[in-house]
Amino acid sequence: MSQLTKSSINGGEFLIKETDAQDIFIFEEFNEEQKMMAQACQDFVDTEIHTRIEEIDSMKHPELVPSIFKKAGELGLLGISVPEAYGGLGMSFNTSMLIADIVGAAGSFSTTYGAHTGIGTLPILYYGNEDQKSKYLPKLATGEWAACYCLTEPDAGSDANSGKTKAVLSADGKHYIINGQKMWISNAGFADLFIVFAKIDDDKNLSAFIVEKTFGGITMNEEEKKLGIKGSSTRQVFFNDCKVPVENLLSDRGNGFKIAVNILNIGRIKLGAGVLGGCRTVASHAIKYSTERKQFGVSINTFGAIKQKLAEMAIRTYACESLCYRAGQDIEDRMQALAAEGMPDAEAKLKALEQFAIEAAIAKVHGSEVLDYVVDQGVQIYGGMGYSADAPMERAYRDARISRIYEGTNEINRMLMVGMLLKRAMKGEIALFEPAMAVANELTSVPSFESIDTSELFAAEMDVIKKLKKVFLMVGGKAAMALADKIESEQEVMMNLADIMIEIYAAESAILRTQKLVSQRGEEAAAHQIAMSKVYLFEAVGKIEQSAKEAIGAFAKGDEQKVMLMGLKRFTKSEILNTKELRRQVADYMIEKGKYPFS
Amino acid sequence: MKILICITHVPDTTSKIQFTDNNTKLDKNGVQFIIGPYDDYALARAVELKEQLNATLTVLNVGEAETEPTLRKALAIGADDAIRVNAFPKDSQFVAEQIAAIAKQNNYDLIMMGRESIDFNGGMVHGMVGELLGIPSISPVMKLEIEGDKVKMAREIEGGKEYLEAKLPLVAGCQEPIAEWKIPNMRGIMSARTKPLTVVEPASQNVATEVINFQLPPAKGTVKLVDKDNVAELVRLLKNEAKVL
Ligand SMILES: Cc1cc2nc3c(=O)[nH]c(=O)nc-3n(C[C@H](O)[C@H](O)[C@H](O)COP(=O)(O)OP(=O)(O)OC[C@H]3O[C@@H](n4cnc5c(N)ncnc54)[C@H](O)[C@@H]3O)c2cc1C
Repeated sequence: MSQLTKSSINGGEFLIKETDAQDIFIFEEFNEEQKMMAQACQDFVDTEIHTRIEEIDSMKHPELVPSIFKKAGELGLLGISVPEAYGGLGMSFNTSMLIADIVGAAGSFSTTYGAHTGIGTLPILYYGNEDQKSKYLPKLATGEWAACYCLTEPDAGSDANSGKTKAVLSADGKHYIINGQKMWISNAGFADLFIVFAKIDDDKNLSAFIVEKTFGGITMNEEEKKLGIKGSSTRQVFFNDCKVPVENLLSDRGNGFKIAVNILNIGRIKLGAGVLGGCRTVASHAIKYSTERKQFGVSINTFGAIKQKLAEMAIRTYACESLCYRAGQDIEDRMQALAAEGMPDAEAKLKALEQFAIEAAIAKVHGSEVLDYVVDQGVQIYGGMGYSADAPMERAYRDARISRIYEGTNEINRMLMVGMLLKRAMKGEIALFEPAMAVANELTSVPSFESIDTSELFAAEMDVIKKLKKVFLMVGGKAAMALADKIESEQEVMMNLADIMIEIYAAESAILRTQKLVSQRGEEAAAHQIAMSKVYLFEAVGKIEQSAKEAIGAFAKGDEQKVMLMGLKRFTKSEILNTKELRRQVADYMIEKGKYPFS
Repeated sequence: MKILICITHVPDTTSKIQFTDNNTKLDKNGVQFIIGPYDDYALARAVELKEQLNATLTVLNVGEAETEPTLRKALAIGADDAIRVNAFPKDSQFVAEQIAAIAKQNNYDLIMMGRESIDFNGGMVHGMVGELLGIPSISPVMKLEIEGDKVKMAREIEGGKEYLEAKLPLVAGCQEPIAEWKIPNMRGIMSARTKPLTVVEPASQNVATEVINFQLPPAKGTVKLVDKDNVAELVRLLKNEAKVL
């Protein structure tokens, strides 16, 4: 087995290094206390949200969501990440992921929750000075105050740094006067605190401000009429000569864009976890409905076409769980390591999160697309009832869609992950080029005929993963050379590369999780997880092959193209798998248990 | 004021029940365990009484080590300490004797528990404990107020309610709407870790019953709807298919 120690893996290095299964954290390792927290959170979602989701989404009672929000505060759910010194609980990063995961089943409320605890609270936690932290964090951690995050403007969405909102110092030098318009602001309708991004004078870069509602000069449009998450407040916010005391500038002048980027970074991985609760709930509904619904004289869950969908919902959810909590623990470990070296807490957290920004973007894209797949199949299993607003699938389907748009669209995130990787490679922070050269050389040498010992569980699969990484190195390496600084404008190729990265990370995480599970519980107890990991990898190979082909077709020609296609064939060779049988096995177990049974 | 709350550790109400070992044991694989829902009402009311009267709350469970997470949850909800009698709860008498033995040592003012567990639904333990201790036992209690050494209660009876008063100490078998279930808050969960949980060995070994085996109820048949004007079809079905006519 590999000699790697856990700390030696940096962000993005999963593409060039092997990871030992014992070095990753798996969902099954949450302790009794964390499980109890998750259960309490689930009870909150079941009693406070699910019983009146229609009323919440109707927005007819403006006090309802704020009152549920306050209850979440009383239970401590709003202070999970806030240190105890500031009235929170100071729980670990993965605990906060777990809570986001469970709240993810709360439909529109999960956006309310994420906007407050994530983008609303974290800018102060990570960038605030002592006065700002002790003044605001206790109020936010307990839910006494609700927060929102005002970055997007009508003409500045993905291009967030192009915002026009202005801040000008008052004549007496005591206030910044903010003027401008923000759009799509979650929680705006009941927020007491606004994190506002604006440019001071004619600065090129944004600055960030902590704005209390009572400062005055804040007005709003009506609630937006949305496709989904209808119970979550989303408004345009106008700042008209809003007077903000100078001490409410957050961090340094011009530092706003960096804050925005780093905070979104955390939001992304949390969103990855935040889809999981939704996936499990939808899968569980689908299992129950397909058991009860009879056609042609039998339950529809006896049909292979339905079993295929049930199993696939679980397989993708399982992979997403595996990658989110793996990355979450890597971040936590890095935070601890940096803090142990003497780095101040907030800085250590930011550094660790920045280090795993690639994984965070992967979690966001993978998670939001898994959720969309799961709700889509959920609707399909319900048939006509899936299309009815009287059954739960219709809402789940609408609510899911936002995840691919906010916290950076999936296009922006795909570009980001590849861009970050290449940038790190250029800076020498990640040794990408050497292994890429080695793969390039391997292309023109005689293929090795060494066979692997497939008697050991997952030996063949780990070999496949190793080769998939070579696919990335081959295509990515050649693309970087062929396109050089043009690569940023060849977005289609960037997207292909991103898709390859995502599938490698997801498939590897699922297999590592299962390997670890087998080492703890034995093969028999993990039989379904083994089946799920194998099917996921099998599909990943197909997707990666397709993405690689498209990329090769886009930039390589003639002999080079031929050599690469031969390499691709070599590196995507894998055993045929009876996915039908494995999916049936998984689906039958889900049906037997009556719910998503893997976490 | 010292209150003892006895809680059961039972399968979640949505669990799929299956048996192993020749249908003599519950198959615990994949089953989630919870505080018995009626016990949870008793606990919720006790937490309210704690706030009102500055009472101390002890939770007790007769069970093997696997029930400790359930006890910790009760601590997270607001109990001050926990006792686990280290034994499989073989039957009502066995459990009642353990509770009575603990109660004798500690002089609780009030002993609360659910009207019944939701696994075996015996509904006998509160009565037996009252008998063993020689104090009143009242069930099912839907409302419970304490004024000095008096307890005012409302009890569900056939077709109505009964209001009654008794003196402490007593045993109350509780049910809704005595209080609303409480979700433990995160801080409570964190402090549960440091609250005392004492394990004691059973005081006696008497059992009155032995389980031979379990059987699941027959699967529910399908429902046939007959048009309200088609009495002939109904009669035909009752005669030929249900064979009850
Ligand atoms: C319900 C909801 C809640 C929200 N909550 C908040 C909030 O609380 N705070 C906040 O600040 N914002 C919030 N937003 C805004 C959200 O983050 C933005 O909508 C998002 O970043 C996209 O910006 P945009 O809408 O301007 O789309 P655009 O940037 O116009 O994008 C349109 C399309 O073009 C693509 N595109 C854009 N640029 C590029 C590029 N360079 N290369 C390739 N493709 C590109 C996008 O991927 C997308 O497909 C929310 C939005 C919604 C809908």
